[in-house]
Amino acid sequence: MSAPLLRLERCTIRFGGLTALADLDLAIGAGELVGLIGPNGAGKTTAFNLITGVYQPTEGRITFDNESIVDRRPHQITAHGIARTFQNIRLFASLSVFDNVRTAFQLRARSGIGHALWRGKAFRDEERGIARQVMEFLDLFHLSQHHDAPAKSLPYGDQRRLEIVRALATRPKLLLLDEPAAGMNPTEKIELMRLIQFVQDKYHLAVLLVEHDMQVVMGICQRIAVLDHGVKIAEGTPPEVRRNPKVIEAYLGEEQKP
Amino acid sequence: MKAARSKLIVLAVLAASLGVSLISPRLDPYFLDVILGIGINIILAVSLNLINGHTGQFSLGHAGFMAVGAYLSAALTSFLAPKLLGAVPGTVALQSFFFAALLAGGLGAALAGLLVGIPSLRLRGDYLAIVTLGFGEIIRVILQNMESVGGASGLHNIPQLTSFFWTFGLAGIAVYVIVSLVNSTYGRGFIAVRDDEVAAAAMGINPTRYKVTAFVLGAFWAGIAGGLYAHLKSSLNPTGFDFMRSIEIVVMVILGGMGNTPGVIIAAVLLTLLPVGLRELPTLTFSLAGKPIDLVWKELQMVIYALFIIAMMLLRPQGLFTWAPRKKAGE
Repeated sequence: MSAPLLRLERCTIRFGGLTALADLDLAIGAGELVGLIGPNGAGKTTAFNLITGVYQPTEGRITFDNESIVDRRPHQITAHGIARTFQNIRLFASLSVFDNVRTAFQLRARSGIGHALWRGKAFRDEERGIARQVMEFLDLFHLSQHHDAPAKSLPYGDQRRLEIVRALATRPKLLLLDEPAAGMNPTEKIELMRLIQFVQDKYHLAVLLVEHDMQVVMGICQRIAVLDHGVKIAEGTPPEVRRNPKVIEAYLGEEQKP
Repeated sequence: MKAARSKLIVLAVLAASLGVSLISPRLDPYFLDVILGIGINIILAVSLNLINGHTGQFSLGHAGFMAVGAYLSAALTSFLAPKLLGAVPGTVALQSFFFAALLAGGLGAALAGLLVGIPSLRLRGDYLAIVTLGFGEIIRVILQNMESVGGASGLHNIPQLTSFFWTFGLAGIAVYVIVSLVNSTYGRGFIAVRDDEVAAAAMGINPTRYKVTAFVLGAFWAGIAGGLYAHLKSSLNPTGFDFMRSIEIVVMVILGGMGNTPGVIIAAVLLTLLPVGLRELPTLTFSLAGKPIDLVWKELQMVIYALFIIAMMLLRPQGLFTWAPRKKAGE
């Protein structure tokens, strides 16, 4: 296997006396769909925040695309090719569905303040191009009929979807999804699983999925890492993880649903 | 094409202000003073709206930026212009110098905006408000102690160069600049930062950069407005740029609706006319517990502002002139 896209090496993060993550090793290859599971408070979201630059590791190294991304700020990491969604949906509430996706294009747009003020041909062409691409994204995810509506007016499931679309519009190589199935009913969950696989396939993305819902995780992940109290206790294919006694003890034994 | 049309509108505003400028000497001076005051307040309110409304950074220092622009441009036209242009300068030379002085005032204020914008990297909400409030007061105290610009007694005999053309021409450009900026892919970033800074960063938007840009650009226009104010009133006093002046501008933004440019313009017009109207009202005298009390309406201006804000927060927190977005059928 060639060098993985994202590699965490012995990452530790402490908040005062609390060690939220201890010596975490994790690697994600290009185009791979990896699940990260664990009981509440195991450190899953902390791992996300570590990768996306919201937190800095106390110790350890994080490399993405063969470059260290420690000490980079969140917007720089997004520019580098890691996009994310949030556990509690964080759309731009006052912006329209269209504009929510449009904000992602600021990253790669050549037009800055000067162009926006002068509104010359290059600027207008670029804005038209961006508008077209935004609508393509919205079409693909069946959101285009709502493009004018404020993001906060969408039904819950659509908001989740919009957040994924918005992240995709930054053109990432790695997509981090933080509990995308939270609050969804079984039908929506099946749709979500299809969506994730479709996205991964279409954009040749690597996906790291944090999820509580076993049906979703076991259903689509190629590999699963299990965290408990900030320590990785297991890693492997879904059947391996399911059989692992440590995992059953920490987590699945009490919580697994048929 | 939409972009071409908005440029045409700006040109039309410039031409119209030039036209009115030609007949303005025949207008009643008091009336003209009020009208120009409206134009200046529009620039102040629209520029503060970029910082407080669109970008969501609560600044209470707009009077400070205004003061920087006012004093800088006034110093240039009062002290430098006679030396450079001679005692009796030609109209073109004087007007061009005035424009350059206004720009210098704007740039000076923008520099101050950069200095205040930098702490905004770390501070949010109330804390930022306190820092900007402190900044405004520092500017005022510095000016009060700078004898070269008149100190506490103020700077007087500033040439009266502010015309209808400069005021409304520049107001038109200010509105154009801020509206076109916000209505671009780049400019949507300001609103994204206001709505959710963490999510904005996750979209590759640099929140710090946007905040500082908003401060610098907002301060630039406040400086321009200050320059216009100085050359309208022909005398400046540091106390004219105190905390209350900042509050007045903040009230315009809140009343108009944060981030709603047309609303903020309407609010700027109304709130400029409010003290003018209050001045017209007769003083009421009544007695309370045997003592005569004069009710001077003008003195109640700040009380009325406060009541406005309280009523707004209770009844229309989205602003007086912000209408709810249209509901779509089937939702």
